[in-house]
Amino acid sequence: MYGTGLAKGLMLTLRHFVESYVDDVRYGFRKYHHSTDNFGIRQGTKTKGVITVQYPDEKVAVPERFRFVPFLIVEDEDHPTRAGKDWCTSCGICAKVCPPQCIWIVRGNDPNTGRPVPEPEAFFIDIDICMNCGFCAEYCPFDAIKMDHDYELASYDRTTHHIHDKERLSKPNSYWRGIAPTRAYEEMLVRGTWEHKDAAKEARRGAASSRASAPRPAAERPAAPQAEVASEASASGETAAPAPAAEGATPWTEDDAKREERRRKALERKARRAAKRGQ
Amino acid sequence: MDNPAPAPERQLDTATVDEAIGFLRSEHADAVTLDDRDGYEGIIVEGGRLLDIARVIRDDLGFDYLSSATAVDYLGAGDHLEMVYHAYRTSGGGALVFKAQTDRENAEIPSLVSIWRGADFQEREAWDLMGIKFPGHPNLKRILMWEGFQGHPLRKDWREAYYEEEQKPFDSRWPGGHVHRAEEKNVFGKNVTYPPDIDLGRLMDTSESAVYQSLGLGVDVERIMDKDGFETNELVVNMGPHHPSTHGVFRMVLTVDGETVTSLEPVMGYLHRNHEKIGERNTYLHNIPFTDRLDYISSMGNNHGYVLAVEQLMSLGRKYNPPTYRCEALRVMMVELSRIVNHLWAIGFWLNDIGAFFTPVLYFVQERERILDFFEAVAGSRMMCNYMRFGGLFGDLPARIKSVSNLTNDRVRDYNTMQFLTEMINERIPRTIDDLERLLTQNEILLERSIGVGVLSREDAVNYSAAGPLLRGSGVAYDIRRAEPYSIYPELDFDVAVEEEGDMYARYRVRVAEMRESVRILKQILPRLEATAGESIWADGKPGAYAPRVPHGEAYGRVENGKGELGYYVVSAGGRGGSANPWRYHVRAPSFINLTPMGIMSRGHKVADIVGILGSIDIVLGETDR
Ligand code: SF4
Ligand code: SF4
Repeated sequence: MYGTGLAKGLMLTLRHFVESYVDDVRYGFRKYHHSTDNFGIRQGTKTKGVITVQYPDEKVAVPERFRFVPFLIVEDEDHPTRAGKDWCTSCGICAKVCPPQCIWIVRGNDPNTGRPVPEPEAFFIDIDICMNCGFCAEYCPFDAIKMDHDYELASYDRTTHHIHDKERLSKPNSYWRGIAPTRAYEEMLVRGTWEHKDAAKEARRGAASSRASAPRPAAERPAAPQAEVASEASASGETAAPAPAAEGATPWTEDDAKREERRRKALERKARRAAKRGQ
Repeated sequence: MDNPAPAPERQLDTATVDEAIGFLRSEHADAVTLDDRDGYEGIIVEGGRLLDIARVIRDDLGFDYLSSATAVDYLGAGDHLEMVYHAYRTSGGGALVFKAQTDRENAEIPSLVSIWRGADFQEREAWDLMGIKFPGHPNLKRILMWEGFQGHPLRKDWREAYYEEEQKPFDSRWPGGHVHRAEEKNVFGKNVTYPPDIDLGRLMDTSESAVYQSLGLGVDVERIMDKDGFETNELVVNMGPHHPSTHGVFRMVLTVDGETVTSLEPVMGYLHRNHEKIGERNTYLHNIPFTDRLDYISSMGNNHGYVLAVEQLMSLGRKYNPPTYRCEALRVMMVELSRIVNHLWAIGFWLNDIGAFFTPVLYFVQERERILDFFEAVAGSRMMCNYMRFGGLFGDLPARIKSVSNLTNDRVRDYNTMQFLTEMINERIPRTIDDLERLLTQNEILLERSIGVGVLSREDAVNYSAAGPLLRGSGVAYDIRRAEPYSIYPELDFDVAVEEEGDMYARYRVRVAEMRESVRILKQILPRLEATAGESIWADGKPGAYAPRVPHGEAYGRVENGKGELGYYVVSAGGRGGSANPWRYHVRAPSFINLTPMGIMSRGHKVADIVGILGSIDIVLGETDR
């Protein structure tokens, strides 16, 4: 009969309309602004109805492999021997492998001998040109450059703000471990140490007996991610964790206070930068 | 007339490619020589005889489908220009590759448009970018650049305004990388040259007729037509480049009689960035993320075609490991998910075009979002996936799709990857396709709008080199995954979707059926992934080199992408240890070539249908304009 196709379609639309309120009822009309613990369910495979995320009141935290404009890793301030030191050795591979050629590196030279030193004198990334491909991070042999998760880089003037220099690019090692615990862990496995390759080599050479190659306490080493998968095979919706740090399963653990501290510091840095830019 | 061998004809059109080449060489020894350059295939046809030979290739040998026609500049390696044609049989099988050479000064090669209409845009592109003239071409105008552009940019001696060096990586980046912006050194205005005979005033001319002058339509917009004694104006209407229905910056120039379209000329190039020139400056690896930006709806498929082409070249050398089984399975999975994404998007926006504004498309996009979430967790980006590598992948599946809170108001998620995938493939995607069908397939408005509109006949579809759902909607069961299988497709069980009618509705049906077939494939991939869990994605267990060297030769890597046949023609100049940068990098873009029959499909329809017809072809301008 003419019109039945239309009617069927309209029923479907009606179903979608009704479903868009089901979640509201289920979460007691607190769907958007207050509760965060149901986010994983709302965005998961079991969800029905509206899936819109109300940016910026809520943001989808990006997955670990997410790649946005790269940053450089420098050693944490509380590191016993290498505090504040660049992980980058200015080997130049990232500059070569960068497709749009937006990485510029001035290799450092020892002022006395004139020989190259394993630390860049200057490092620039033109983020207008960067295509966020992630090659630099993928092929850096020292794990010194990583893709960031902070995508909120809007600014008023591209000519003054969009070439990131070394200071702007540098972020502490702990930041990387915070935003990508699993990846940091996997990289550690490949390197064989939590430390920078060179530092580990030196440590081995210097005091083979007294100090282990990885000074970080073993307690911080998580169980292999594989084990965690096996133990948690419940429905995807139910596994959504409010804060990954709360689970012992997180590959690289960090207690809440430390985490808050890091977040606060990062925000402060950001505010400082913003103030500097806006002055 | 030009075919001297009537007796063996019956077997000729099923002969293998080698036999076909043997036949051409023995029967047309004066015009055909074997291309015996290292790593090259096919034959070189003498320019003057090209039309004859092409006719034999199409009619007697049965290679009825001209997939790709492109030009290469062999500056410094013979100093000639070369047209390279890849012809296939729609019944399946490999390519008959034939080439014609001409010198760089007065480059001229006879046009093949009279044999394959599908050569039309491709020859215009070769004229535009390489400067080869095609006598016999009905409308040899520039197609991507504008009339009055100086030079032919793909020639090896042509340099772009922001030229730095012939090839990447540039020396200025390291170790003395003192940053500057290209635009500071090369201020716009000082780097534009115009050909000597150009009338600059004309470029400034904003009058109505100037807008159409370069198109060669032969229309005089001010002319008044008098038809059958009834006074009526045949009107030229310009749609685009800024028009919501053109899916990007794309322009159509219609001649209309009342509401009825009498002719249509697609005009493109507004998004042209000379992807291929960039590709030839790039190293092989650099090109992978650039391919993402072609058909940005299905970047996984773009990656796949390109890595296949380069892997073909690499396999000519000694140091090459083919991808592992797990890697192939992952590639196929990603590509099939992209196909679903692509078709959901295509159908949704086609509905927008014919008036079902945004309600259906948002239902489909919702599902697409889930798939993109998965891409983001695996490859690092939702659309610019940059996932495949030569001989491998960026990475295996992560154990969990998981995020960590970083910005204020961040909300985290954490799913088991395999479980997420299983639920998507077994439940969500099939349910969405069911919903889509319930909403549309029997919807009377949709039927009336789409049945019998934009018909492309079987013969035209083949002759115009249409590809993908456009070709299969016209009754040609040609799907590269079956016709010339790659990866692990031969062992997977699926059918080629095909519909006979050739109208918009048939193309819709093909897309829906293809999504179902993709789900079928995905369901077969899941157990394969489980069986290979733990296996490396790299044959030798470690990631490939960052600057692979590729041996001398040519390769044409083609995949069945969502929008049709996506081909990459890559030439490596070789040298000691192989070359680091491709000599030639050409993209056979389905969105571009599928527009060739747009004119004949539109004739006789109303303006409102044109929008739908364009939507049913499914183009994306990133790929059309390159
Ligand atoms: S590849 Fe790594 S170590 Fe080498 S210059 Fe780049 S960031 Fe530094
Ligand atoms: S992400 Fe890609 S484009 Fe950006 S700096 Fe790294 S290599 Fe270059």
